[in-house]
Order: sequence, then C-alpha cells, then structure tokens
Amino acid sequence: MSRNGPLALIFHAVFVVFMVAPIVVVCWVAFTPEGFLSIPITSFSLRWFRALAAYPEFVHAFGVSLWLGALSSCVALLFAVPAALAISRYRFRGRDALSALFLSPLMIPHVVLGIAFLRFFTSVGIGGTFAALVIAHVVVVFPFALRLTLAAATGMDRSIEMAAVSLGADGWTMFRRVTLPAILPGIVSGWMLAFIQSFDDLTMTVFLATPGTETLPVRMFLYIQDNIDPLVTSVSASVIAITMTVLIVLDRVYGLDRVLTAKGGDAGR
Amino acid sequence: MSATIASNSSETRAGLSLALPALMLFLGVVVIPLAMTVMLSFHDWGQYKGIEPVFILKNWREIVDDPYYAEMFWRTFRVAVLATLITAVFGVPEAYILNRMQGPWKGLFLLVIIGPLLISVVARTLGWALLFGGNNGLANKLLMTSGLIESPIRFMFTETGMVIALAHAMMPFMVLAVWTALQRLDPQVENAALSLGASSLTVVRRIVLPQIMPGVLSGAIIVFSLSASAFATPAIIGGRRLKVAATLAYDEFLNTLNWPLGAAVAVLLLIALVLIVVGSNALIERRYQEVFR
Repeated sequence: MSRNGPLALIFHAVFVVFMVAPIVVVCWVAFTPEGFLSIPITSFSLRWFRALAAYPEFVHAFGVSLWLGALSSCVALLFAVPAALAISRYRFRGRDALSALFLSPLMIPHVVLGIAFLRFFTSVGIGGTFAALVIAHVVVVFPFALRLTLAAATGMDRSIEMAAVSLGADGWTMFRRVTLPAILPGIVSGWMLAFIQSFDDLTMTVFLATPGTETLPVRMFLYIQDNIDPLVTSVSASVIAITMTVLIVLDRVYGLDRVLTAKGGDAGR
Repeated sequence: MSATIASNSSETRAGLSLALPALMLFLGVVVIPLAMTVMLSFHDWGQYKGIEPVFILKNWREIVDDPYYAEMFWRTFRVAVLATLITAVFGVPEAYILNRMQGPWKGLFLLVIIGPLLISVVARTLGWALLFGGNNGLANKLLMTSGLIESPIRFMFTETGMVIALAHAMMPFMVLAVWTALQRLDPQVENAALSLGASSLTVVRRIVLPQIMPGVLSGAIIVFSLSASAFATPAIIGGRRLKVAATLAYDEFLNTLNWPLGAAVAVLLLIALVLIVVGSNALIERRYQEVFR
C-alpha cells in the first residue's frame, strides 16, 4: 500500500481546515460574552445560549422543524416502502420511468419546487398551513427514503420469504415477520436521512412558511437578512451540534458513505 | 439502464398496485403544480390588478429583452462554473489522498469532509459571512499575514465570496463522486505501472485520472446544477443587490409579488439546467461508454 507523501498531507491539512473553518467559527463565536460580534473572542460564556430561551420565535421554529421532519419522514416512508418493493421485485412496463419520476425531486431545483408548491397550495386553498408544509416536505424527502429502502430491498435474500410462504405464512404475515425486519435497517437510515433533509431545507420552505409555520432554517435565514448578531450564532451552533450527533449515529449504524451514495438498486447493474 | 424485460400481466399488476399510492402523490403534488407554474409564467400581472389568467408572452419577452435578466443569468452560470472548477481542482486530489489513507483516519476524514453536507446550509454560510466580514475579517487577516495577498479582498457582497462559499458547500458532492469512482479502481494496475518503472505522477496522469474521469464529470454535473440553483449562499453572501436566478425568483414572488415573472425566471432556470445536465450526461456516456460496461 502506497502512502501519502508530505506534500499530499499538507494539501490534506489545508483542505480539512477549509472544510471545517466556517463551522468552527460559528461554534466559537457563539460562546462570546459580548453583546456584539467580535472575532476572536476573548473569554467564554454561555450568555447567548441562555438568551435563546428568551426568544420564543426560535424555540417555536425549532419545534415546527422537529415535527415537520418527523411527520414528513414517516409519511414519505409509508409511500416509499411499497414503491421500493414494487421497483425492486417486479418487472413491469414503465418501471424505469416510475423510478425516474420518484427521484425527480433531486433534479428539480428547490426554488422551482417552492414556487410550484406555493402556486398549487394557494390555488387549492391550503396555502400557509402546516399540512401544506408536510405535503411539500414528503415530496422533497421521498427520494432519500426511497433510495435507502430500495438498496435494502434489492440486497435482501428472497429465499427466506419463499421459506415463510412454504411454511404457510400469508402475504401480510410474510411482510410483517420476514420482509419488514430484513429491510428495517434501510428504512431506519432512510428515515434519518429524510429527517435531516427536511430539517435543513431552506430554499423550498422559505416560499411556503408563514409566521406561524416558520421552520428553524427559515427563521434563521430571515433573521440573518436583517442582522447578524451572536444570537443567531448560538442558534446555529445548537443546530450544528444536533446534526453532528445524528451524523455520528448514522455513520455508526450504516456507514455515512453508503448512506450518501446509496444507488437506486437497479436490476441492470 | 436495464433493458425492458418482457413483463407478464400479473407482475405488472402487482408492481403498479404497490407503487400506485406514490404515483398518485407525485402526479397530484409534483406534476400538476409544475404544469401550473409553467402556465403561470404566461399570465399577466399588474401592480393593482394582480394576476390575470390570460395567455401572453409578456414575461418571457421582458426576460429576453431586458439586459438585466441576461446579466443575472450570466452571473448565475459564471458563479456555478467557477464553483464547479474549484471543487474539481481541490476535490479530486483530496479524494485520491483520502483513498490512500489507512484504517481509522480514512473513515474519520471522510466524515469530516462529507459531514458538512448534512449541516444546515444557513449555519455554514453564516460561518463564511463571519470569516469574510469586512476588510479586517478573519479570512483577510489570515491571507495577509501569510503573505498571499497584499491588500484586503472584498468577499462580502461580491461574486468572489459567493464562489468560495458555494465551492465549500458543494465540495462534499465532488469528493463523494470521485471517492466512489476510486473504489472501483483495481490497485494492482497502479502497482503494475509502478513496477514497470512509471513515476507516481505518471501513474496518476496515465492510469488513475482516465479511469476516474467519469466520476469527476458526474460530480461536476451535480455541483454545477446545485450551484446554479443555489439560494441560501447567494442570498446571504451576495446581499440584496447581487442577484442570481434563485434569489431573483424569490424576490419576485415574496417582495414584488409579480408571480408570473418569477415563475418565468424559475421555469427558464429549470429548462436551462435540464438541457445542460441531460446533454452533458449523454456526452459523458458516449465518451466513456467502455467504462460504464
């Protein structure tokens, strides 16, 4: 095995600094004791984390984001699991077109989706509601839920299912006792990735959120538009801490590179 | 893609009935809203009369005739191309170095580099705004003390800042794409070249690079299309004046309230991206046919 030379390692170090610098700076500045932004900070204080409690709009937006992420990921999986089973095991006309359609939210710019949803929900009379946000998020996180479920369903050994059927299990029992447990790791990872995508989405949500249904990224974005102060850095630092925790769990459970590169599990490959 | 395999009717029925709920969902809340948006771009709008559901080319004509829009679309694509180039120039060697690392370091640094992908883009861009912040921002101080630049560079509210922050946001996609391509590489070929007396530079240039090129190009397509439609980074770093397609569409929708014009900008962005992505995908697949076999 060849090793990296010193030049390569210097390049690597600079690269890693570039990648983590903005994230580290946000977390660092969040601990400032001052009432304004100052870099570098001279001493540490939790002042701005405590201040968060006094800003109900951030706390409320955080609650909206959590609910929205959890709900839309669950609903997306309700649709994605049967669709993944259909695509992974049956050959039918239009199957390729179907998976292309289901993955299309990855291709369509979120600004276009946001506009399309805004137009649509306004004209059917549910504009600005939480329900509209859930529907929009279900669509946007659907590809992530589908991909990981599909990868698990494609990789599954189907002879166990046949064994269950030959032992007298009916279709539902087989699904509940054999198929579901076998693809569960894919479903769980799909849910987590879907949740993160929903939790982080700004571009589409910014078109749909109204003051009562603002998510955390939308609240943060609108806040930054007016002023950048230590409060928004402590919000960001908290978001970063939460995401990192989920990330590390996801990495341990499934392997982050596998989660992020999960292929559609096409039979042709 | 897999060839169409002769399907029997019972398989078709079973497959379609399982996929039906998702299909209905997508027809109902993706296809119809997109069609409505295309329609909307042909509607009329006035400050006092609001949206009028007629079929006119006014918005499209305005985009074509007014040089403001041409400049804005050029900026959008210029920024996206530069961000793509930066991710390729730095992301490709980094993926190669990463792939040569041993044991736990590999996993750790992969997590460090692709992890930011999942961290809120608002938080990441805020980080850049803090680093850039004015003439005596941390980035400028660092560059000046290291002797790389003589006088401070303006990063905030400039395309330079936009490109850097976008390249940072998109870097994980490039590293991931190249990393995936590197996984398919047979290390024995590299070793064979080395044992035949090739220098490591020659190995990279003649053996590794040609084989991972499809990965680099597909990474570039992802980075380009995401950069061209990015919203948060241009909005925060670019400020209110330096508009790109996504931020302009947002302004038309939520500030000016000229929905038909905003819809036209968005539809044009979508069409341009689809053409570029589909076109370059086809080119790459033709050029590298043997690699995909």
